[in-house]
Amino acid sequence: MSIAAAGPGFLSPTGVEIAFLLVGLVTFGAALVTVTTRQLVHAALWLVVALGGLAVEYLLLTAEFIAWVQVLIYIGSVVVLILFGLMLTKAPIGRSPDADSGNRGVALAVAVAAAVALVWVVVDAFRTTWIDLDGTVAGSTKVTGESLFRNWVLPFEALSVLLLAALVGAIVLSRRAKADTAARTPQAQGDRSTGRSTDRSAKDAKDTKEGSR
Amino acid sequence: MNGTVEVALRLLIVFAVFLTFPLIVGQTEHKVMAHMQGRLGPMYAGGFHGWAQLIADGVKFAQKEDVVPADADRRVFRLAPAVSLLPYLLVLLAIPLGPGEGAVGQVLDAGLFFVLAVMGVGVLGSLMAGWASANKFSLLGGLRTAAQLLAYELPMLLAAASVAMAAGTVSLPGIVESFQWWWLPWQLVGAVVFFVAGLAELQRPPFDMPVADSEIVFGAYTEYTGLRFALFLLAEYAGIVVLCGLTTVLFLGGWHGPWGADGLGWLWTLLKTAVLAFVVIWLRVTYPRLREDQLQKLSWTVLVPLALAQIALTGIVKVVIS
Repeated sequence: MSIAAAGPGFLSPTGVEIAFLLVGLVTFGAALVTVTTRQLVHAALWLVVALGGLAVEYLLLTAEFIAWVQVLIYIGSVVVLILFGLMLTKAPIGRSPDADSGNRGVALAVAVAAAVALVWVVVDAFRTTWIDLDGTVAGSTKVTGESLFRNWVLPFEALSVLLLAALVGAIVLSRRAKADTAARTPQAQGDRSTGRSTDRSAKDAKDTKEGSR
Repeated sequence: MNGTVEVALRLLIVFAVFLTFPLIVGQTEHKVMAHMQGRLGPMYAGGFHGWAQLIADGVKFAQKEDVVPADADRRVFRLAPAVSLLPYLLVLLAIPLGPGEGAVGQVLDAGLFFVLAVMGVGVLGSLMAGWASANKFSLLGGLRTAAQLLAYELPMLLAAASVAMAAGTVSLPGIVESFQWWWLPWQLVGAVVFFVAGLAELQRPPFDMPVADSEIVFGAYTEYTGLRFALFLLAEYAGIVVLCGLTTVLFLGGWHGPWGADGLGWLWTLLKTAVLAFVVIWLRVTYPRLREDQLQKLSWTVLVPLALAQIALTGIVKVVIS
């Protein structure tokens, strides 16, 4: 405790700390706009800014591997999936007043509660931990991989099994839906089969992608 | 201060490469396509074999009026070309040309992840353009782009993971450093999968369903004119340079050559990249466009299993030789 208490103070911040704070503010602002904007696609695009800001924060904390994985998975795949879904359903240009479910108060309460809990737990857990930015890199691919596959192998494998279950579940659900529609419209097999198989394979693609995350 | 100058110089060189190489590929495409189709191609601009055709095209694009459709989402519409072009500039930073720190824009610990992650971001530009244009053809093009990206990113990542397993590192210079000649047959399937999936991500023929001109005009870019349209085209050619450079670095041994060329490694990298770019153009002239369902089928039933088999093979050989 005594060593930890002698860590760097909050006064006289370094350049990295200032940058961290500023990027954090931008991320927070983008996240706020994401949930308050009335334009659906704009919300998805502001989400890109928020997730990208998080990646920059990881970079500033020297966790390079995590930062790029964040960009790869969340911006490159999840946001693309969200945009795909929005375009498939309803994505008008301009405001969509019916997009508000009227649960603003409850949602705000849940969000604040979750944020307070998270911040409290994280601050309490890592109060005495300091990252030495000048020393050996603490978040390089090598270090991350070693800790993941030495100390955390069991949770990692358990998560893999969970994702595999989700993947199989998604396939089962989509195939059953297909069998139902085929049973209801037995004559719709002929010349329209090309278009339908396109829809189906796109949907399968989406489901599998979701499952593999 | 010396460090700052060096960083600035590196950025400047990468920027120059970014501005010139895509144009060289574009000009080569004009000529190669013309010869493969038994015609002359552009012959007049600049005098010798029409070498200045692309410059003339650039002047033409710059003179055109920049039209934004009345119903479009103006901000997103204007932002989209930049989002689609800038990622390729960032990726070029991390591709090593030769051995040592002098021949790469910036050495990154997780370079492989960096290039794949940032390349994926470029597609957001097409999606934004497709949605913001207030045009049904554009929206269809955007949808096809998204479906194509989701289908082909997985095999691309798996093939890249295979070569990272073989090298035992995810740093791009590190991967080339540990390259041996027998990796060529060992990683052959992965290389083909990576290259094909990359072509699909760039929406190059035969994977140009999202911009199929006989069906949806020009997909997500239908409403674009002038410089913004030129930026999208530039993004496509920059994408070719990046894809060929990456395939060279990951699978073809980068600066390694058969005659142990010391000091001329960068020439090998450039040569291999150029040959691959030629193949990209060749494929465009040779193959007809794949239909949308054929596209999805190719990815999910051929490329993904092949990539998984390649990973299994890599793992087995790695265990046997270690």
